[in-house]
Amino acid sequence: MRRERSGVNKQYSFPTVRTQGEETRPSRCPDNSAFKQQKLPAWKPQLSTATVLPGFFLTGAFCLAVGVCLILSANSVRDVQIDYSDKCSDCSKFRENSSNWNKECHCSVNFTLKEDILGDVFMYYGLQNFYQNHRRYVISRSDAQLLGRNVNSYCAPFTAYRNGTPMAPCGAIANSMFNDTIDLFYNLNSSAIQVPVLKTGNSWWTDKNVKFRNPKSYNLSSAFAGTARPPYWHKPVYLLDEEDERNNGYVNEDLIIWMRVSAFATFRNLYRRVKRIRQFADGLPAGNYTFRIAYNFPVTKFKGRKHVILSTVVWSGGSNPFLGIAYVVSGTAATLTGFVITAIHLKLRKKKTYFQK
Amino acid sequence: MSLFGLQFGKKKLREEERQLQANNRDFNLQFEYANNSIKTSKYNFFTFLPLNLFEQFQRIANAYFLFLLILQLIPQISSLAWFTTVVPLVLVLAVSGVKDAIDDFNRHKSDKHVNNRPVQVLINGMLKDEKWMNVQVGDIIKLENNNFVTADLLLLSSSEPHSLTYIETAELDGETNLKVKQALTVTAELGEDLQKLTEFNGEVKCEAPNNKLDKFTGTLTLRGEKYALDNEKMLLRGCTIRNTEWCFGLVIYAGPDTKLMQNSGKTTFKRTSIDRLMNVLVLVIFAFLALMCLILAIGNGIWEYDKGYYFQVYLPWAEGVNSASYSGFLMFWSYVIILNTVVPISLYVSVEIIRLGNSFYIDWDRKMYYPLNDTPAQARTTTLNEELGQIKYIFSDKTGTLTQNIMSFNKCSINGKSYGDVYDMSGQRIEINENTEKVDFSYNQLADPKFAFYDHSLVEAVKLSDVPTHRFFRLLSLCHTVMPEEKKEGNLVYQAQSPDEGALVTAARNFGFVFRARTPETITVVEMGETKIYKLLAILDFNNVRKRMSVIVRSPEGDLTLYCKGADTILYELLHSSCDTLKEETTEHLNEFAGEGLRTLVVAYKNLDEDYFQEWIRRHHEASTALEGREDKLSELYEEIEKDLMLLGATAIEDKLQDGVPQTIETLAKANIKIWVLTGDKQETAMNIGYSCNLLNDDMEDVFIIEGSTSDDVLNELRNARKKMKPDSFLDSDEINIQFEKSSKKTKILPDEQANGVYGLVITGHSLAYALEGNLELELVRTACLCKVVICCRVTPLQKAQVVELVKKYKKAVTLAIGDGANDVSMIKTAHIGVGISGQEGMQAVLSSDFSFAQFRYLQRLLLVHGRWSYIRMCKFLKYFFYKNFAFTLVHFWYGFFSGFSAQTVYDEWFITLYNLVYTSLPVLGMSLFDQDVDDRWSMLFPQLYVPGQQNLYFNKTVFVKCMLQGIYSSLILFFIPYGAMYNTMRSDGKAIADYQSFALMAQTCLLIVVSVQIGLDTSYWTVVNQFFIWGSLSVYFAITFTMYSDGMYLIFTASFPFIGTARNTLSQPNVWLAIFLSITLCVLPVVGFRFLKAQLKPTPSDKVLLKIKEAKKRPPPPSPKRRLRRTSTRRSGYAFSHQHGFGALIMSGRNMRPKSPFATTGTFSPNSDKHKHKGL
Repeated sequence: MRRERSGVNKQYSFPTVRTQGEETRPSRCPDNSAFKQQKLPAWKPQLSTATVLPGFFLTGAFCLAVGVCLILSANSVRDVQIDYSDKCSDCSKFRENSSNWNKECHCSVNFTLKEDILGDVFMYYGLQNFYQNHRRYVISRSDAQLLGRNVNSYCAPFTAYRNGTPMAPCGAIANSMFNDTIDLFYNLNSSAIQVPVLKTGNSWWTDKNVKFRNPKSYNLSSAFAGTARPPYWHKPVYLLDEEDERNNGYVNEDLIIWMRVSAFATFRNLYRRVKRIRQFADGLPAGNYTFRIAYNFPVTKFKGRKHVILSTVVWSGGSNPFLGIAYVVSGTAATLTGFVITAIHLKLRKKKTYFQK
Repeated sequence: MSLFGLQFGKKKLREEERQLQANNRDFNLQFEYANNSIKTSKYNFFTFLPLNLFEQFQRIANAYFLFLLILQLIPQISSLAWFTTVVPLVLVLAVSGVKDAIDDFNRHKSDKHVNNRPVQVLINGMLKDEKWMNVQVGDIIKLENNNFVTADLLLLSSSEPHSLTYIETAELDGETNLKVKQALTVTAELGEDLQKLTEFNGEVKCEAPNNKLDKFTGTLTLRGEKYALDNEKMLLRGCTIRNTEWCFGLVIYAGPDTKLMQNSGKTTFKRTSIDRLMNVLVLVIFAFLALMCLILAIGNGIWEYDKGYYFQVYLPWAEGVNSASYSGFLMFWSYVIILNTVVPISLYVSVEIIRLGNSFYIDWDRKMYYPLNDTPAQARTTTLNEELGQIKYIFSDKTGTLTQNIMSFNKCSINGKSYGDVYDMSGQRIEINENTEKVDFSYNQLADPKFAFYDHSLVEAVKLSDVPTHRFFRLLSLCHTVMPEEKKEGNLVYQAQSPDEGALVTAARNFGFVFRARTPETITVVEMGETKIYKLLAILDFNNVRKRMSVIVRSPEGDLTLYCKGADTILYELLHSSCDTLKEETTEHLNEFAGEGLRTLVVAYKNLDEDYFQEWIRRHHEASTALEGREDKLSELYEEIEKDLMLLGATAIEDKLQDGVPQTIETLAKANIKIWVLTGDKQETAMNIGYSCNLLNDDMEDVFIIEGSTSDDVLNELRNARKKMKPDSFLDSDEINIQFEKSSKKTKILPDEQANGVYGLVITGHSLAYALEGNLELELVRTACLCKVVICCRVTPLQKAQVVELVKKYKKAVTLAIGDGANDVSMIKTAHIGVGISGQEGMQAVLSSDFSFAQFRYLQRLLLVHGRWSYIRMCKFLKYFFYKNFAFTLVHFWYGFFSGFSAQTVYDEWFITLYNLVYTSLPVLGMSLFDQDVDDRWSMLFPQLYVPGQQNLYFNKTVFVKCMLQGIYSSLILFFIPYGAMYNTMRSDGKAIADYQSFALMAQTCLLIVVSVQIGLDTSYWTVVNQFFIWGSLSVYFAITFTMYSDGMYLIFTASFPFIGTARNTLSQPNVWLAIFLSITLCVLPVVGFRFLKAQLKPTPSDKVLLKIKEAKKRPPPPSPKRRLRRTSTRRSGYAFSHQHGFGALIMSGRNMRPKSPFATTGTFSPNSDKHKHKGL
């Protein structure tokens, strides 16, 4: 790389001072400012025994404390995870044949809760090996369209049909939306009671209220006139929730949650919350339950797996023990290092005083 | 640099020979010679943008980013939005562009100023005022006193006798003495007769424009006759006319063709070793980048084959992609785009800014400001700062650099009595300082008020009319070749050829023997107020062999006397035997004087017999008119008469060192810097100065003197020296010998060797010429580098450069050359760093230097304070910068394994754009502009702190690898802690948090806090600015993040800010903050522990010094060291005249004398002649 010498006209110069005579020139003496003389007052921290040792011990103690708290709270989380990709093997086979796409396939999965699950119970669907974080997948969406405006971003390869009808919503994310329906039944005395669930209030407030909006029109179906459903969908977007106007179209929470793509290929998305009424006021009582699943979402082709999960939450989130363990390990390591440093320091000091004598 | 090349490139044909005719513009126009306007600017209003952009894209870094930009525009590859590259690139281009524009604007301004200077041009028989730029080749122009010479002129005539013209060439070659030019007699006749000048139609043929300042050949054809032209008749652009009322000149070369401009183009670009290392590292990083991309591309190929193929249900392959391997290929380029941030464009910009900032500190330093001539230090090149912290060899000029080039008459010995020392009541010698009472010379109206002498007994002796004392001073006032100038009565100015002579004559003047005037035949001296005219019969001039000079004068009383002064070794041989006892006493005094580093001369006289002299002068006349062997005959005659001399005494002159030179040299030596003195002076003088400035001392084991006059002699002398210093180095088992036997062809870098003691080496220019040849080169370097001090005397400017080049070639060391004169220019340009001593009249050395200041002693501050800080700052900067970008970029790499190698970025694109430009640029800049490990006082007190820089310990390949490993470690933490913390988890209200956007925000927040903490850890000097930058950057990050993720931004720029709400929803979660805290702890704590333990267990020497300083700081600060270095030595000093030939012939011939002086009976002498440049040649 070529670098110019700095400054102007330094290659040669013509002195002009002398010809002008001895006028009183201002002195060229530099200013005596702390900044220019590099004498700005400063704090000069140094790594000394007095700061390093307490630092290690305090950090160690803090990490251990936090770690223990985290592990305890993570252990208090109840987490029931059921893999139904194999249990519904008929359906999964059925779905492998794409000509059956429009036919329904149901299956049931039974399970037993030995203890009550108290508190708020959340129902998630989990997917494995589903690369929602693939770059081309992530960018294949139109935020403008989901705001009720015209498509202006990259939706390939699911932008429009051959005849030019645009897809609503467009893009690979929307097209691959998880469309199993899962209902939970509580088997009480051989009668199955459907556990009441909430399908709204599951997404971020900002997503629901800012990021997603339906196109404006006098009714929803006319708002989507001139568009077509994505190819994998069974019904158009304005029929996603026919019961609740505010949960239909682009603001349908299942869509919103799906559109918030996951960071990893294994993830769980909030599907429903148990509505705490009647016998479910305290949560899910112990007993036998059944998931009735309309199996629409094929995963076998790409070796994916589907789960349904019932879980409670605590202040630190879900049942993931990683953070707690990591804190305990780090805390232990920091404390041990603190001891090692102390030992080394004492040894050196002894040596030093020995030499000084 | 390119501008001159560019101009010449445009020119039609290379000019072979120049032909022109005076006063004939039509004739001269046909050759299309350049006119006198100069253009140093590069652009005009319209060409600026294209030309400047073209130049900027020639830089590799800029071109590389352009290439990235093009990659990003390919949709299949583009993994990042275009703005991530465009924003930084445009910013960088704009900053450099503005800087270039300002520079060029200033050049335009100065060009305009110079081009519009007025000059009188002879047009159609009339003198017309013209602008400089309108002057053309072949014009005749008139210059007046103190005018700048407009172009390269052939001198035609002048106001002075013999058409002499005096010029000052300080601008051109740095010589401050006046030089004389003389026109041809045939043109001198033109005088100022405009008629004749208009009719003058001489034709000049001469060489094509070139840059040789001291050479010119051509012919003038006038009325059929040919006259030879040489440099003595040329006035070059850049000179100033002095002491000459007017002169006329014929323009030969104009504008860009002038020698000044031809010389100005060849500025070489210097780069620092860090620069070179950085370029290597950037290549290493590119290789590393390519490797990472390759791994990821292969990963992608496998993934697409294994998983992506089946995942096509939901995500079909991109258009045109039909196989996994092709997808892998595309992904390679996509990852090149994503991972390019390991070499961010801001690296180069930041490095420039840091260097510029540190250069300003040099300009601003009051401790390097010299109030006497109002000269601050100046960093003229702003790209070399950190190299100042790595200097291992200093090459210094002597005259004007170590010394002031002022000689002062300090002591003398007259008739066995020593004068000059001051004693107190008890007979103890006391140190002379500013408060010592000076001798009062008010009895002598002609005394020079600047002269200072402290020993009152000498004045008493003079006043008591002590005969030997009077004779002593009479000798000093008569035996010399000084020219007096007396413009106002009593205001005598001596023009001496060497300052030594001037000092002696001035001393005589003050003690009452005032040399007042001279003619070719007489010398007027005012002896104790009484004017006496001596007849000057002969000057037996000085030369190198004789090492003495004599005059033969007849006093008004009629006595014939020969007065002689010269080197003790020579003169002692010529003394009459009756002086033996006096000789012993004087010898004792001489040793004493020499021991103090003074330059001594012995003076003697002899009364001559009238008849003998008449006969001698006859023979002298014969000899001096002899055609053959004149020199030999004359010197024979001189020798004949200069014998049986009567010893009078001795003089001691102090070659005044600049202030603080010995201390500076001592400090620099402690910093393990080797100092080589390269001087044009004689060996004795040089060694003298070597002793007086503490370079050489008696603690040295030996000082070798290389003065062989054949190649073999020199080789033997060098080998003997080396044998003594390091006998093992001749064994076959010696590493270097083995190394050089293996392959002799290639230039090898010599490792440092250790001698078994402290040695010095003195080598003369003559021997140096041999030593610099072919096979002796290596021998010289090995021997010389074993010595602590090397003094090269009698070296030419070219040799100076060769010596520097030699060390550069064989040693992996940074060199610095310091000098003040034109003869130092070559070495200043050759060395890694050139320093010019400014403030003197001469500018050439300063103009070609990289740094300039007024006093040699500022060098220690420049190196030990500014250099060391700059180096430490730059190293810290680079370490941190590479670290932060590795930590930043490698997270993408790890994420690749979890995102199907799809070139998915971990962070928000805006974060990628702003990370280097906004979020992390200021804190590290703050550190690199303000950091100090210890303050300037401690830096100077412990020069050992300088050593790590020389050994390049703070930033080298090992350090870089460590940074890289630390970066990799941090990136692992920064990826896997957020990953682990988010895996299959949810917010405390059960909603999503493991989504991509939350993960991105979490990772980038972790990263930013971690690198901020790291910079805090690296900053050891927290000024307000650092605090502001670090906290400010963090706040700005959060402010910008919340703004960009806000509803408003999303609703306005939907496509650009898809992260709406992420900040609010994620950063409100306790587990997110816990994960961030854990990442910080895990990234930083090991570094703290490692650093602490390393300082405890394996402290480096500088760690120990820092510890010492830390302990010392608890005590009250020590008084600043103000020791005076006194040496007691038994060295003998030699005769020390700094010139080579005397002026005698010129004086006796009477040339240069004008019978115009109003005060003396004889003339004044204006300048000293240019023939005897006493410096360096």
